[in-house]
Amino acid sequence: MARIVGGVTTSHIPAIGNAMTEKLENTPYWKRFFDGYEPVKQWLADVAPDVAIVVYNDHGLNFFLNNIPTFALGCADRYDNADEGWGLKTLASFEGDAQFSWHIAESLIEQHFDIATCQEMLVDHGFVVPMALMWRHLPKWPVKVIPLAVNTVQHPIPTARRCYALGKALRKAIDSYPEDLKVVIFGTGGMSHQLQGERAGMINVDYDLQTMESVIDDPEWLASQTTAEIIENAGTEGVEIIMWLVMRGALDDRVRVVHKHYHTPISNTGAGVLVLENAESAAERDGARKLVKAA
Amino acid sequence: MAWRKHDYDKIPGTYVFDGKTAHSAYGLNKLLFSFNSEANRAEFARDKAAYADKFGLTPEQKKALLEDDFLTLLRLGANIYYLAKLAVPRGFTVQDAGAAFQGITTEEFKAALMEKGRGLVEKLERRGGYWNG
Repeated sequence: MARIVGGVTTSHIPAIGNAMTEKLENTPYWKRFFDGYEPVKQWLADVAPDVAIVVYNDHGLNFFLNNIPTFALGCADRYDNADEGWGLKTLASFEGDAQFSWHIAESLIEQHFDIATCQEMLVDHGFVVPMALMWRHLPKWPVKVIPLAVNTVQHPIPTARRCYALGKALRKAIDSYPEDLKVVIFGTGGMSHQLQGERAGMINVDYDLQTMESVIDDPEWLASQTTAEIIENAGTEGVEIIMWLVMRGALDDRVRVVHKHYHTPISNTGAGVLVLENAESAAERDGARKLVKAA
Repeated sequence: MAWRKHDYDKIPGTYVFDGKTAHSAYGLNKLLFSFNSEANRAEFARDKAAYADKFGLTPEQKKALLEDDFLTLLRLGANIYYLAKLAVPRGFTVQDAGAAFQGITTEEFKAALMEKGRGLVEKLERRGGYWNG
């Protein structure tokens, strides 16, 4: 059976992509931000997932305003990154798992989440920046991927609560897949930022930290907020934070924090990183390790 | 016919890209979206006015486009991510956009951003549980 090994949250902004391309990781501006990903990379190496489900939003590469699905699932064997028109380096293609994708699509729709299916899907910086953050040190991507795109650009966007519920449905989909696969879920985007209007440049550190802490122990706090409330506190582009709830919904109610990292400013944003494991399976794994050590 | 009102309309200095905005600027955003393609970027560079006419821009939108007036394009409904396809290659960053909205220099805008990180490590230590190097 497929099982979730954990969830990761991360920013996905293009400035991070440029910093990686230009190898600025150790410069004063970037060092603390990137150093905070080393424990994430170590955890990923330890749990060795087979598949990453990446929850992200498209910013105008694959989807245009003629056709904006609220939720869309990649159902292909391969996903390409492509020219977004503004000079980001195009990264290597990603291997998909079409059978797993179609299983998820069927399961979600059976659970009344009428998700759009995509047999071709260009993935933009929202998807590739997290992948590069985790695995650019390897010669090739070590996981298959399933892109799950959430509309956070063209309002009306889904509510925080709907994203949380999608995560719970996604969990059922994963748990009911018969193949033995280890699955990690990335909730990307955020944290607080607003790119335009007189309020541009707002970063709300206290709200960001409260969000991180609530996503761990009290996701209901974020799930119960309206889109307007989240915009007010996190900014027009900070609403991307609702995608973290898709990841969180897929985990157990009780989770263990493996890693918690926050840095600001990164470009115009607050940047938050979480690595969460299901508390029960984490305890089991610890028990197994102790047994191994004792033996 | 009426555009619905929203709670977010009351947030100062904030413009949400909703149906009303997107509807008024569909052609403009379609033009900007087309810049994902190098061939389209080259065609635009050869004859900007002719390219604008293909997308049915309003006279205001067309004027701002031909003058590289990115701030006005945003005010006229360009989506920030679509606008980036035009503006970023011309050296206009999101920091420039933010600064222009506030009527300050980009350096001042960036300095204000850096201020947000002041005292962060101490704050995280107080809250507890955060990685701090």
